[in-house]
Amino acid sequence: MSRERDFTSAILDARLPVPSGLLDGQNQAAGRRFSVYRNNVAVSLTQALHQGFPVLTRILGPDNMDGLAGQFLRAHPPVSPVLAHYGHALPAYLDSLPQLSHLGYLGDIVRLELALRRSYHAADAAPIEALRLSTLSPDALLACRFSFAPAVSVLRSDWPIHAIWRYNTVDGAAKPAPAAEDVLITRPDYDPEPHPLPPGAALWIDALRSGDSLATATDAATAAHPDFDLSAPLALLIEGRALTDISR
Amino acid sequence: MFDSIDRSAPSGGPSKGPFSALPNAAGVGYKPQHFQSLLDDAAPVKWLEIHAENYMGDGGRPLAQLRHLAQRFPISVHGVGLSIGGEAAPDPDHLARLKHLIDWLQPARFSEHLAWSTHDSHFFNDLLPLPYTDQSLGRICDHIDQVQSTLGCQMLLENPSSYLAFAESTWEEPAFLHEIARRTGCGLLLDVNNVFVSATNLDYRPQDYIDAYPLDLVGEIHLGGHDEDEDDHGKPLLIDSHGAEVVDPVWALLDYTLARSGAKPVLVEWDTDVPEWPLLQAEAIRAAAALDRVRETA
Repeated sequence: MSRERDFTSAILDARLPVPSGLLDGQNQAAGRRFSVYRNNVAVSLTQALHQGFPVLTRILGPDNMDGLAGQFLRAHPPVSPVLAHYGHALPAYLDSLPQLSHLGYLGDIVRLELALRRSYHAADAAPIEALRLSTLSPDALLACRFSFAPAVSVLRSDWPIHAIWRYNTVDGAAKPAPAAEDVLITRPDYDPEPHPLPPGAALWIDALRSGDSLATATDAATAAHPDFDLSAPLALLIEGRALTDISR
Repeated sequence: MFDSIDRSAPSGGPSKGPFSALPNAAGVGYKPQHFQSLLDDAAPVKWLEIHAENYMGDGGRPLAQLRHLAQRFPISVHGVGLSIGGEAAPDPDHLARLKHLIDWLQPARFSEHLAWSTHDSHFFNDLLPLPYTDQSLGRICDHIDQVQSTLGCQMLLENPSSYLAFAESTWEEPAFLHEIARRTGCGLLLDVNNVFVSATNLDYRPQDYIDAYPLDLVGEIHLGGHDEDEDDHGKPLLIDSHGAEVVDPVWALLDYTLARSGAKPVLVEWDTDVPEWPLLQAEAIRAAAALDRVRETA
């Protein structure tokens, strides 16, 4: 058996004996000295999960978050040394835990926190000038296709995830009411911003991102949601510096 | 914060870094909360260390801050995730990310640890120990050859903090590091806090370790804080934490080292429970004073 496999098994499972052949300075068995490694690994990864998922930590409370992190880091140790991306497996892990099934929105809240972090580290991109759009005739505008900044993403949820996120990050925010909510993430400067989207807007943005013209995307959104109006979501994209190029 | 700086895309970063070497002066481990303080009142700090893995995103504030700082300070890139001491070769994806960062930033230095952190594609976020044998020696040299040829630069290898020893080890740590440097052409990094921690934990005199260390190969000296615990027999067990002030015996060990090595780049690391800038600055002032003393007696 390799030293590393011995070591990592015993680090992740404190019920396993300390690997043999480990000594102190007097050639006595190392004993609890091995716990330094067990502790370093568990504490540092637990801290990474606290920092990476502040809203989840706030909803669960720090002690419950410690417990969850301890289980999760053993089931899903990081697969990369870049800890900014640690936790990809957490939404599905939360969805699978029967003891958390009464908090069905947790998985989507974690998906939102992951998306905000991806946006924070996404590549920079220069936005198009709003002026370029305002000089186009309505017909010319409808024929346009858009390129999007890498920091932009859209999440769809059966839960009021934006309202829950706000309630846990903004003092005095309204208590969330039951509703499905779609969220647009933009990064106008260096700080990602989540925005709730009206019905049809997530479909509309996804169509634009897949290369549809403004006319085609708007037809699709209106077919699914007859009340769809592009003005509010278009303003979010422009103010959020989400659009990086126009083509026809 | 941070609206007034150059916002060009990371790919527009320095093609050739403005600093080709670290000065024989005090530096600190960079923490984002100290960004503005470093621009306003850095003295006596003359260089910065960053952890490579925190700057492997595609853009955003971390890379923008780093690009800005790199115009003012020589940067030393310190890797914590390459797993040089591992049984398997360094992860090619991670090595590619590191090369991307080094090519973009053109830092004055790159360093890593005599330790492992990845096994079977899982990353454990700790610097884990290894036995010092002919077999592990050959493996580590292969890994360092691969890293240096990929990055196109010399790296420094850092001595670890040890909490235990391996029964199968046949090399003393300073000789092991010296032999790695001889075979690969890498330089060494000497962390005097790690020396103090290991010496306390494994019952030897830290000065003996310094005497055995090839100081002419040392490109950086590190200092940091540690925690105190006890082992099964009630003996002191020191734990490297980088979460407190450097203790007096470690400052004394720095003096002992500098008296033998001459002035070197000296870094204070404070990574957990990061303090307000003035407290870290005070540690840098103490490191700069130690360097001034060795220059006066030279």
